[in-house]
Amino acid sequence: MIKAENVVKRFDGMLAVDRVSVEIKEGIVFGMVGTNGAGKSTLLRMIAGVLKADEGTITVDGERVFENPAAKKEVFYISDDAYYLNNGTPVDMADYYGAVYGKFNRKRYLELLDQLGLPLSRKISTFSKGMKKQVSILLGVCAGTKYLLCDETFDGLDPVMRQAVKSIFAKEITERGLTPVLASHNLRELEDICDHVGLLHKGGVLLSKDLEEMRTGIHKLQCVFADEEQEERVLMGLDVVNKEQRGRLKTLTVRGLQEEIEARVAAAEPVFFEMLPLTLEEIFISETEVAGYDFKKLIL
Amino acid sequence: MIIIDYTDRRPIYEQIVERFQSLVLCGVLEKDAPLPSVRNLAMELSINPNTIQRAYTELERRGVIYAVKGKGNFVADMRALLSLREKEVKEEVGHLVRKAKEAGMTREDLNRLLDAAWTEEKRVQKEDATENDKNTVQTEASRQGVGGEADD
Repeated sequence: MIKAENVVKRFDGMLAVDRVSVEIKEGIVFGMVGTNGAGKSTLLRMIAGVLKADEGTITVDGERVFENPAAKKEVFYISDDAYYLNNGTPVDMADYYGAVYGKFNRKRYLELLDQLGLPLSRKISTFSKGMKKQVSILLGVCAGTKYLLCDETFDGLDPVMRQAVKSIFAKEITERGLTPVLASHNLRELEDICDHVGLLHKGGVLLSKDLEEMRTGIHKLQCVFADEEQEERVLMGLDVVNKEQRGRLKTLTVRGLQEEIEARVAAAEPVFFEMLPLTLEEIFISETEVAGYDFKKLIL
Repeated sequence: MIIIDYTDRRPIYEQIVERFQSLVLCGVLEKDAPLPSVRNLAMELSINPNTIQRAYTELERRGVIYAVKGKGNFVADMRALLSLREKEVKEEVGHLVRKAKEAGMTREDLNRLLDAAWTEEKRVQKEDATENDKNTVQTEASRQGVGGEADD
């Protein structure tokens, strides 16, 4: 488990990460969302032990990570802007990372390079942006670490390659329990692959929740009531987060379990009612609104 | 065998559950047939293996499949699924009756419609069975990688 407690990081007085506490459990896919400059990369770099936190502690499996090779062995950071050796080829990079990470799986690396159609011994500096990205992802996957920190990793990949990378991740997750941490500004991208999502904003964590929990805990309800008295009767027992009205049709966002809400509303026999599933985006909107933020300004 | 619709608002695992249920009901997946492994399906669909695991757990809870330790998941017999479907039908009939009432139909009207629909369905089934019985079933089955061995 990766654990950050009250982590603070400043750059020349500019607060980049502000008292962040998160827990990243093993065996899940953790998504980290946030606008540009929200502190995603800084936090990842601190987890990877590249940067030292000004305050607070970061531990990987219970060990402090900064300047601690034993803890760092289990973490690989795929930078958004990876560094490659001058005139280095994909094979040179494998030699380099093989020397750093003892569990580096060279055979699989070469196999995957071949599968993705990347040249083994051409200079990386001649590669396109997307190809460079692919090389850095493969290096990360094959390093054999328990945690893989991906900084905007799907950026610059074409849709086919995105699917391929997700597929490679799926294999690593089931075969050796890899725990990927995916940072992105794109919520939709994270929606179909993450189990747990943390939302960063202005250096702080707004919320960090299990996706499934979020989905089952909040629902959208469209209904038409016969009269106000009936409406009151229905709404009284519900935890309504948001209410909108168009004509007679009311759209409610309600907290609680689907069956319970359904049973309660149906019992009052409204003229019409329907439960609608919420998209992750809508869930985030209502969750952050509760925290006093206007989500649309944060993400869209 | 499983198709995910990303424009569908339902969660992915629910789509997977639904799809497997209909595959079992229409006979593509027979009793004791193995389901694809979590790993393979996750790789094939490029999604999080935990999502597949969640779908399988849900299917197991509903009694549609059973798990054998170290071997994988297999299709259970259809009884659980049938009773589940029966419940669904019951609910739908309830809706139907309400709708018919709203439309001012009588009980006899609805009964007549049900009868007619029943006969029509039987007729269509018979036609299907006589016209293109084997071909479709086999191509479908082999495409799904289940009944791989053709006997002609």
